[in-house]
Parts: sequence; structure tokens; C-alpha cells
Amino acid sequence: MFEYAPAPESRAIVSFKPSYGLFIDGKFTKPHDTYQTISPATEEVLAEITTASVKDVDLAVKAARNAFEKTWSKLSGAERGKYLYRIARIIQERARELAVAESLNNGKPIKESRDSDIPMVSAWFFYYAGWADKLDHAGLGANPQPLGVAAQVIPWNFPLMMLAWKIAPALAAGNTVVLKPAETTPLTALLFAEICQQAGLPDGVVNIITGFGETGAALIGHPDVNKVAFTGSTEVGRKIAKQIAGTDKKVTLELGGKAANIVFEDAALDQAVEGIVNGIFFNQGHVCCAGSRLLVQESIHDELIKKLKRRMETIRMGDPLDKNTDIGAINSKEQLDRITSLVKQGAKEGGEVWAPNCPIPKNGFWYAPTIITGVAATSTVAREEIFGPVLSVITFRTPGEAVAKANNTPYGLSAGIWSEKGSLILKVADQLNAGVIWANTFNQFDPASPFGGFKESGYGREGGRHGLMAYLKEGN
Amino acid sequence: MPNLEPEALVGSRITNQSLKRWLYSLPGVDKVGLEARAASLATRSIKTSSKAWALDMAIKMMDLTTLEGSDTPQRVKSLALKALTPDPTDLSCPSPAAICVYGDMVAHVKKALGNSKIHVAAVATAFPSGRASMPVKLLDTKDAVKAGADEIDMVIDRGAFLAGNYLEVYKQIQAIKEACKRVDGSYAHLKVILETGELQTYDNIRRASYLAMLAGGDFIKTSTGKVTVNATLPITLLMLQAVRDWHDQTGVLIGVKPAGGIKTAKDAIKYLVVVKEVAGETWLTPDLFRFGASSLLNDVLMQRQKLKTGNYSGPDYVTVD
Repeated sequence: MFEYAPAPESRAIVSFKPSYGLFIDGKFTKPHDTYQTISPATEEVLAEITTASVKDVDLAVKAARNAFEKTWSKLSGAERGKYLYRIARIIQERARELAVAESLNNGKPIKESRDSDIPMVSAWFFYYAGWADKLDHAGLGANPQPLGVAAQVIPWNFPLMMLAWKIAPALAAGNTVVLKPAETTPLTALLFAEICQQAGLPDGVVNIITGFGETGAALIGHPDVNKVAFTGSTEVGRKIAKQIAGTDKKVTLELGGKAANIVFEDAALDQAVEGIVNGIFFNQGHVCCAGSRLLVQESIHDELIKKLKRRMETIRMGDPLDKNTDIGAINSKEQLDRITSLVKQGAKEGGEVWAPNCPIPKNGFWYAPTIITGVAATSTVAREEIFGPVLSVITFRTPGEAVAKANNTPYGLSAGIWSEKGSLILKVADQLNAGVIWANTFNQFDPASPFGGFKESGYGREGGRHGLMAYLKEGN
Repeated sequence: MPNLEPEALVGSRITNQSLKRWLYSLPGVDKVGLEARAASLATRSIKTSSKAWALDMAIKMMDLTTLEGSDTPQRVKSLALKALTPDPTDLSCPSPAAICVYGDMVAHVKKALGNSKIHVAAVATAFPSGRASMPVKLLDTKDAVKAGADEIDMVIDRGAFLAGNYLEVYKQIQAIKEACKRVDGSYAHLKVILETGELQTYDNIRRASYLAMLAGGDFIKTSTGKVTVNATLPITLLMLQAVRDWHDQTGVLIGVKPAGGIKTAKDAIKYLVVVKEVAGETWLTPDLFRFGASSLLNDVLMQRQKLKTGNYSGPDYVTVD
């Protein structure tokens, strides 16, 4: 029969240093207090990474402050734009290398890092490069001003893309940054540091420090930071909000989600199935806006679930560097344990757990794409963010019930609607409390479109003109 | 066992109104989503052993075709001989499934093929436009069957379909099916060409597929190869969904034949990926999937030689027909 032979992308294009220091003031420091970063697909050690101390954080913030005052804020918008364009072009030139590095360190399939993550990274820099000399039109009146030094802490699910979402608007608006990548996925951020050097970006404008939660807390709490931008869990987001309460630091938080993907009985079913798959299994479900709650109209439940299960049988899980892999590795043991325990809880609470029979590699961290049907609104898997390839299926009878169930969550990041009836889509979209609503599609991103949530999904917007405003204040 | 009578499937006596109601009850097709799915499957990377398998399967699934006004007995004979020995430098190369010609060439092809298992397919029913009276279409079909055609590729009346005369299209297909009956009581295989390029919308293509399956077609085929838009990957994907769902509903296996515009081995492999991942492995057989193509064979042969020898040859190392 027609079996796909292995089609691995070559990893020769990327070479990691054995160990990395911190990128402060345009230079890499000497590595110290290192920990190992691995490939979650094989548990192979990729490099030794420095744990930044409080002193390192202070040095990085000082470098950023110095660069802000002496060089970056003095440059014209057009000049800043030139650097951003240069960075965007270098990312395109080194796209394959960055994609391989991302898949190695994160575990996501190469087809996603190659076709989605990295193209989006360069698109983000291109988009905000264009804004750098047009800030008068950002919506804050003439001559808006940068905030100063931005402390940015990003998650492990889209390492380089999250970096781009944070750094591109900050720099375009005239701020300097200290960014901390997630402890499990520091490598592309460190490659990005090299790209800053390659682009001749003035020293200290971008500083990358690595480490764990304590490093992030030290950075966010540093008194000389003007702006805090965080993407990650609601739990950590809450701590950050408390930590900076009472200071004049501006903050944007992009946190968790438990999005409803609503399929009405008149939907284009085959395409809805694709949208469901893309909504929850894209990036192993490690997506804050993942369509993790499928709300399906009762009249088509059985047919849709049958189609979905058949489609899931064709999902290929395995080596992230294989070009035919659809689902890669779970990013860490910790996350794998969390997914496993939540699904167990869902089964205990009466959900019917189903996964296709897909072979699971011996080493590394893996979780087969899974759906849980018969989920009650009270069930843990209907309420808590699982952040893995697990879909909870809930039924509804009327549009009103669909809206009520969709909104019945502490989160409000995204939602999806599937129907061939335009008026129904508009009516339902109007009633959903979510920052992003997709109709007859899912997980579409564009640098020109603002992204962010309501309620416990956070505040502030990233992307578009709104994203720029998070890094500016009104001029005098 | 489900009741396979058309009345049972439609849930009513067959009238134009009941057919319309049935066809319009099918789920809609979202153009953007369908095309995105096809584009995503087209990025599958098929290498080494799987490529070798796919190239051979593509040849075995081929309806090697010549449908020109300038066709001669000599020309179709030459094509038949090419089907018998596609690559004279490599006798392990498989043969195509069939030779596809106009009805008057059937006897010549038949003779050239001798006892081989390669089928002869004839286009019929006033191919490619389908604009002729029913008696003419029936005679066209019977004539080809009598001359020994194993398979008949008919065209539907697109005018009637677009005008909403579903009953007319349905009855014509049924009548042609009966005209495929041989004296011994067996039937020539009927492929129903929807001419998807003229149906314009994906919803229409899904409906026409169901109409053809209901009326008794053994295969649904995209195109004549004679209009601007012929087979495309999204259209083929949609038709594969239709036969898959039809099988779920009735237990009957219907084949799919994309035709026209598939010129390279690379393209053919993308279609095979779509067959595997949309309809399933069951359809990966010449009995249920065919390529209607004329120039595809040589590109596949060149790719095949490349895999075996490691070097690209060139058009002079494969025969012109």
C-alpha cells in the first residue's frame, strides 16, 4: 500500500553553539549557571543555556535604558524602520534554518514552522517596519512618544512568533526591550540575537535573557521598566498583575483560552471538519486561541463526529522534522503530565475518550490527538484549558443555546462559527464574548489584525494599529 | 443491507422536484476551505520507495488517451502498442489501465491490444459537447459497446443540469447505462463525465456527482479535457468525498477519474495523496481511480528512469507515443 517514506528536513542547516550566554548590550555574555535545553521529540540535549541572575537582569535593563536614551529614541522613525526591514529580510533569508531550529527545540512539525511560524515572523517585522515613520496616524494624535524600556516574557508554544509579536511593535514605536523566552524554548530567540547583530542594530536596543520563572519575575519587577508585556498562562498573568499593581508600568497580558468552535447543522461539513482539526490539533493544541470546545448542533452530532474520527485517523504524528508530520511532540514532560491528568479527569467525569490508533515514538513526549464526547458543561475538560491536542465535544439545540454555552467560560479569547447562512453568522458573532471570531475558518492570523482577549484571557491587543498603541503614549 | 433503489435513497418517487430537494439537502461546500485542504495535501513529500510505488500506480491507473479529430487507425494502434510496452528499456514497467479513444477507433485498438488485459474505453454520447438527440447518443454508445469497448465515457447534458432539469440528466444517464448492456447480459463500465469546468460551482459539482451515482454510473469523471478548466485537485478531492460518503450510505464503491491537465508525475502523485487521505486506501486501485491523460505517461516514465538510474534522461529516451 501507499506508505509515505520518511522525508526528513535536513538539520545540517542549523548549528547551535554548545552553550549560550545572555545577549546584553549587543554582545553575548559568558555562560554561567547553565541548564540543558532539549528536543522534546527525542530528549536529545541541544545546548546549555544560562540562567540569568537578578544582577544579569539589572545589566540588561540598564543596557536597554542606555540604548533608549542615547540612540534608539533619537533616531527618526524612518531610520528605525530601516533596521526593522533589515531584520525582516534576514529572517526570510534564514527562514529554513529558523524553521528547523524551532521544530527541534519546540517539537512542532516542520510544515508548520516552515509554512506558518517563520513566514509570520518576517511578516510581523515587515508590517511594523512600515509603521515606524507613520506613528502620527496610530490614533494618539501628533508626535506620540515611546514608553521606554519594555520587559517582555513569552511562552514556549510559538517561540519566535511570540518574540516577533512583542519586539516588532516595541521597536517600531521607539522602545528598547529586554525579552525572556520560555525556559524550554530559548534557541530561536538566541538565533534572533545573532540576527540583531547581523542587522547592525544598535547595541542594547534588543536584549535577550534566558532563565526560569524567577528571572521573568525579576525582569517584570525591575523598577526601571516602563512596560510589561506577557503571553502565557492566566495563573502567571494574575501574579504579574499583582506584582506590578501600584506602579506606573503599562501592561498587556495575553493569557489562556477555552474557545468554542460552533458548528451549525447547515455548515459545510467537510470543511468544518478541517476547521475543527486545524482549530485543536494545530501546534499540538498548544495554542491559547485553540478551538478546544466543539459545540455541535445535536441534529448533526453523529455524522460530524464520524467524519471527524475518520479524518483523525489520517493525522500523522511523529518526527517533527519529517515534512509529512501533522502533529509533533508535546513541548515538555510537565505539559504532557498535565494533559494526561486532565483527560483522565474528563473520563472520570463521564466523558467518552477516543483517539486514533497512532504509533507513539519511544523517546520524547507525545500525546495522540484525542476527542472527548458526551462532555457536560460541568466537566473539568469543558472548563479548564488543557493546552494539548484534546477536543471536548458538547452539543446544543438552538443558536441561543450555542451562544450561552460558548460564553459560559471565564475566558474570552477566540471563537469559531460554521454555517452557510451569513445572517446567522453575523448574529451569533455579535453575541459572542471573544476577542477574535472566525467564521468558516479557524486560526487565521495577520499582522494587520489586532489579537487579544476578554475576561481572564487578558487585556490589551497585539497586532495592527491597536498593537502599536500598547507601546506608545500621547505626545506633548 | 440498505435498500439501493433510487426511490429509497431519495426517499420519494423520482421526480424533478424530489431530485432537486434531495440534491439541495446535501451539505454545502466552502470554497476557501476546500481549496485550502487540497493545497495542504499537495505539500506532502513523497520520496524514495513511496515515490516508486506511486509512479507505478499512476501508470496502472492511467487511461492513455487520444481524442483528436486527426486520429487515425495507425495512430491509435501506435498508442496501443505503447500501452503494451510503455518503456522498451525496462520491461518491468506496468501497463496503463486502458486506452481511451473515440468510438470508431475501438475496433482498431482492440485488435492491436490482442489478448492483453488493457481495457478499451470509448467516449460516447456526442462527446465532448453532448449536444445531440437521445437516439443519437444511444446509438453512439451501443456502437462502441458492440465494437468491443470495455468502458464507456459519457458526458452529461450540462445545459439540462444548469437549467435545473435534474430528472432529464438522471434519465439520460440511466438510458446510456442500459445501452452499455452487451448481448451476453453484462455491462460495459460507465464513466459519467460531469464537465466540472462548465458546472462552475463546487455545490453543483457535488450535486452532479450524486445525480450520476444515483443513476447508476460506475465512475464519476471530471472533464472532457476539451474546455478551459479541466481536472483540478480541489474538484477531485470533492468528488472523492462524494464517493466516500456514497459508500458509507449504500455500500457501493464508485470510482473517480480526473481528466485533462494532469501532465506531470508530480501532479499525479498529489492526486494519489488525496485519494489515500480523503477516500482511503480502498480507492487506490485502477478499479476505482483513473487518470485521463495523454502526455502524463512520458513524464512518469522519465521520473521512473530517474529513480532507477539516478539520472534524468530526457524526452528522447521515452517514445513519442
